Amino acid sequence: MSFLTLENVTHHYFTKNNYTKALEDISFSIKEGEFVSLLGPSGCGKSTILSIVSGIMKHTSGKVLLENKPITESELAIGYMLQQDYLFPWKTILDNVLLGPIIQDNVDSDRINKAKELLQEVGLKDVEDKYPSALSGGMRQRVALVRTLITDPKILLLDEPFSALDYQTKLKLEDLVFKLLHAYQKTAILVTHDIGEAIAMSDRIILMSANPGSIAKIFEVPIELRNEMPFLARRHPKYQSLFDKVWEELNKNEPQTV
Amino acid sequence: MPIKEDSHIFEKHQQRLKREKRVVMGWQVFILVGFFGLWELASRENWIDPLLFSSPSKVYNLLIQKFSDGSMISHTFVTLFETLLGFIIGTLLGIVLASLLWSSSRFSKIADPYLVILNAMPKVALGPIIIVALGPGYISIIAMGAIISVIITTIVVYTGFREVDPNYEKVLLSFGATRWQCFKSAVFPANLPVMISTLKVNVGLSWVGVIVGEFLVSKEGLGYLIVYGFQVFDFSLVMSALILIAIFAAIMYKVVERLEKWLIKHTT
Ligand SMILES: Nc1ncnc2c1ncn2[C@@H]1O[C@H](COP(=O)(O)OP(=O)(O)OP(=O)(O)O)[C@@H](O)[C@H]1O
Ligand SMILES: [Mg+2]
Repeated sequence: MSFLTLENVTHHYFTKNNYTKALEDISFSIKEGEFVSLLGPSGCGKSTILSIVSGIMKHTSGKVLLENKPITESELAIGYMLQQDYLFPWKTILDNVLLGPIIQDNVDSDRINKAKELLQEVGLKDVEDKYPSALSGGMRQRVALVRTLITDPKILLLDEPFSALDYQTKLKLEDLVFKLLHAYQKTAILVTHDIGEAIAMSDRIILMSANPGSIAKIFEVPIELRNEMPFLARRHPKYQSLFDKVWEELNKNEPQTV
Repeated sequence: MPIKEDSHIFEKHQQRLKREKRVVMGWQVFILVGFFGLWELASRENWIDPLLFSSPSKVYNLLIQKFSDGSMISHTFVTLFETLLGFIIGTLLGIVLASLLWSSSRFSKIADPYLVILNAMPKVALGPIIIVALGPGYISIIAMGAIISVIITTIVVYTGFREVDPNYEKVLLSFGATRWQCFKSAVFPANLPVMISTLKVNVGLSWVGVIVGEFLVSKEGLGYLIVYGFQVFDFSLVMSALILIAIFAAIMYKVVERLEKWLIKHTT
């Protein structure tokens, strides 16, 4: 049974004297516990899809269903990690992480301990009382990840969560997120520019093309790769062949610029 | 030893800074003393009409006399009270109005042309109407001190609210925040620096409103002393009121500046 369904979703952005068709006729569905990646060139509407699924933005036409209910009526907790960290500069790291619980009015000592634990797990120690300005870009992104995880959402929307990290940290965090999501059977949509990351982390890859944003092709990741931790999946023999297929498809859609 | 050399250079640099500071101070004192000295001299030698322009010694004597008989204290107190209250009311009301505008985009669109007109209008011209409406007393004067800063505060703060990065709201919305929660946790705190910066402008504006108000009401206060002194040709009185205004306006400005620094440090 599908958990999240998009049916013929189209979205327009309106500005004062112009409009952009950001998405055209997007349809796909995701099963519970599935991990799906959105891959595609810049401006193809990946962030737009996440904003719509999160319920923050209303699409112009089509249907978005979460557990067969329109997204606006759904009570399910959604964790949305925006493309930039958007930590609140006037709040400490701990208060930033606890933003969701504060809004939902369920802060207790358990939550605070969990926040500290998660911060430790992503490799941030003794930062709770610091302010975001004292952290590097990569550290801030990890704080934003913890802020998203803390509310224990049923579905996670991750918009390039690892883009500001050095390669080593990125690989480690991929493993960590993979482990966390699989342990708790979470559903997730990951937006990324990194083909390798998409293959290593997800069960399915939705490849998009731009102008207007639409689905170009959907790749199933082989079962052998799905069950490996991302770090190991990158070294699996089947990894390279899928990489090449995705690469080829991407280049086909992209106007020749290089 | 390079370290010793470095600290030596640093000491020299500090000495240079200190010397520069002393020179600047010296000039400042010189200008002040020079101004009053020249004024006194010009008045005594009849280069300027002593009846019109008074002299520092006369002003000084008058101040001593009026402070010791207590009359100046009450005038000064009244003016300070009105200015402070006008400043606080104007600023707070401006912030409240800006919040209301933010809360309804339709309301803000409707209010827009009126805000433009009210802002362009010289507020002191409303003085007579305010006095008719609120009576010739300190309430009218406080209202003038407030009204002169409230519209510009509303506009500046509301613009600030609108310029807060909408993505902060997005983060909160993704946690299911209400619009009020968005305002309280993102829009308002993100805009604090703007609100703080209006304080310094408003303190100056409130002085203008209050002094003009006292001109019109003509009952008490430093503004009243200026008008009264002018009417009875007592320019020593006019000058002493002016000097008091200058001193207290400067003190108030400095206090607000301190407050601003403190607020910035403790809220951001
Ligand atoms: N607020 C907005 N107003 C107008 N147009 C917008 C707005 N946000 C996005 N767009 C347009 O919609 C299209 C899709 O944008 P979106 O941010 O979803 O792309 P993306 O795939 O996330 O790109 P990237 O990989 O660079 O983050 C782009 O052409 C963009 O110019
Ligand atoms: Mg994007």
